[in-house]
Amino acid sequence: MLGTAIELVGVAKDYGARAGDAPAVERVDLAIGAGEFFSLLGPSGCGKTTTLRMIAGFEEPTSGRILLYGKDVVGVPPHHRDVNLVFQSYALFPHMNVYDNVAFGLRRRHVAKDEIDARVRRILHLVGLEGKERSRPRELSGGQQQRVALARAVVNEPRALLLDEPLGALDLKLRQAMQLELKRIQREVGITFVYVTHDQGEALTMSDRIAVMNHGRVEQLGTPREIYETPATRFVAGFIGTSNLLTAKVERVDGRVAVLGSSADERLVVVARRAVEPGDVVELTVRPEKITLSAERPEPGSCALRGRVTDVVYLGTSTSFTVRTSAGADIVAHRQNLSTSPAAIGEGSDVWISWDDDHSYALDRVEP
Amino acid sequence: MIRRLRSALVPYALALPAGLWLAIFFVAPMIVMLSVALETGNLISGFTLTWHFATFWQAIDLYHVQFIRSFVYGLVTTVLTIVIGYPVAYWIAFRGGRRKSTYLLLILLPFFVSFVIRTVSWQFLLADNGILLGHLKAWHLVSQNFHVLATSFAVVLGLTYNFLPFMILPIYVGLERVDESLLDAAADLYSSKREAFLRVVLPLSVPGVFAGVLLTFVPAVSDYVNAQILGGTSTTMIGNIIETVYLENNQYPTAAALSFVLLAALLIGIFAYARALGTEDVFEAAAA
Ligand SMILES: Nc1ncnc2c1ncn2[C@@H]1O[C@H](COP(=O)(O)OP(=O)(O)OP(=O)(O)O)[C@@H](O)[C@H]1O
Ligand SMILES: [Mg+2]
Repeated sequence: MLGTAIELVGVAKDYGARAGDAPAVERVDLAIGAGEFFSLLGPSGCGKTTTLRMIAGFEEPTSGRILLYGKDVVGVPPHHRDVNLVFQSYALFPHMNVYDNVAFGLRRRHVAKDEIDARVRRILHLVGLEGKERSRPRELSGGQQQRVALARAVVNEPRALLLDEPLGALDLKLRQAMQLELKRIQREVGITFVYVTHDQGEALTMSDRIAVMNHGRVEQLGTPREIYETPATRFVAGFIGTSNLLTAKVERVDGRVAVLGSSADERLVVVARRAVEPGDVVELTVRPEKITLSAERPEPGSCALRGRVTDVVYLGTSTSFTVRTSAGADIVAHRQNLSTSPAAIGEGSDVWISWDDDHSYALDRVEP
Repeated sequence: MIRRLRSALVPYALALPAGLWLAIFFVAPMIVMLSVALETGNLISGFTLTWHFATFWQAIDLYHVQFIRSFVYGLVTTVLTIVIGYPVAYWIAFRGGRRKSTYLLLILLPFFVSFVIRTVSWQFLLADNGILLGHLKAWHLVSQNFHVLATSFAVVLGLTYNFLPFMILPIYVGLERVDESLLDAAADLYSSKREAFLRVVLPLSVPGVFAGVLLTFVPAVSDYVNAQILGGTSTTMIGNIIETVYLENNQYPTAAALSFVLLAALLIGIFAYARALGTEDVFEAAAA
């Protein structure tokens, strides 16, 4: 990382629309590195757009500081901030053609005509829109409009590019193609991207780091792998992919693991990341694809629970099994469809589910 | 064969209602008016079609001052309604908030009262010794023979007042359609508020202004009520002339010729205006 591009310190925003409403952003602390692809991920209404608009300068925070390359920009109007926003609705100027849309920012900054021309053409080449210079936005497809919006922002070579669900309006196939393209463009221009999305798959595949937001707060900040493999809260575990949640009381602490239950054929332990004592209630998560299903008792040394299959769903590349454990919890397990023959395990089968000790993970806090 | 004939006829069939409408309410009256203009005679002995084209030249020659005056008044009125109406429409569209419809209603409210009565009210207000001037004269703020009525100012004032909503409403509709995120986008792309207005809002509101100009200019040029009630002998408009020639002098051919010339002049003006402004070139110019 080449230093910090954007820093949010204790930023809060209360629109004060109605008394009693929770603030749109309660408290956000972030440090986004220069050149980083950083995602803000969270459900609708969690304050992603508000956070982005505060960085861009369209909203002023109720409290806290926003620093762009170390300079406090609170109070600086949008047109004096060296960041550009790609709007969710694109907000292309309908009365201008593609060229004029893209050249808009450079013209406002009185860049020399030749340079504008060179930069606009280079960027249109980068986003694959050569030959469309004279088209009006309404004559373009959704994906092309999206590229114009991106080009219009990137051409200014801002110190950071803010993108508010830029792919939200595209269909799945185009969205996936544009994800790769965005990533490529980001690598080529080397600009810091702050990317807002509520699509966890998108965030996982594109980002260097992700901040998962909920109710105006950052629940967890980390690399996609950290967020996925070691979710800090129940919310993060549930929001990113499917996750199994198990609640149990600590029986004893055995070195680095907390033993939650053990009997002749069952074993449930979790790596204790924080100090726990016997009697504490912990909540642990296991991803469905980490679980092995077997008809026989698995090798000792891993976590194993007995249960009965209550539901089988064929998913194409894998099959999803829902298993009701002897303790009454429902656990989802995925199994790759490696062979073409139907699985021997079906609804009503008695099975063992097992996973590596390291593959389950205790959440930071237990929520009621 | 029949099918091909039928498909060839379909467009004409579809255009038929509009064509009929135009024919009955526009072309037919035009022809009637033209033929009346080419008649000669008087009320007692009757009028006969004599193809007397000279009526046109005589009419224009006699009343060209009023013709020109009408177009000047119409032009000034249109400019004034834009100057006053645009900010009002802008304010309602972008600053009106939840009260937008209330403000629009307030603008339309006076227009539930008849055109003539509203204009007569102005006559009371502006009378030589009326509410306004009477007090000003009593306080010696203006000289005793100062007057507003019977001046061009009074007529243009009345026209502007009466046609203002026809300018405000279409501009408002045009501005209302401007997506506010475009203003954010302009600000994000280094535009000050002023630049965002000039580069984005103004060009996008041109169609609304265009409609407003048509709705204001055409009826203002042919108006006769304002000149009648608020004006004097030096402010006579072509509408008043047509009325007098037709109803009082009973010179039907002359009245028809005047009406025809007025209509033709307005149509030519509208088409020239549409050509000059209606193309997308305005937008290109605004973008550069
Ligand atoms: N201009 C505004 N005035 C008042 N309240 C607002 C305003 N903008 C947003 N809010 C409120 O702030 C909260 C957060 O909104 P925000 O737009 O930041 O959410 P988001 O995370 O971007 O959601 P989405 O994924 O649906 O776009 C919401 O409860 C919303 O109702
Ligand atoms: Mg949003």
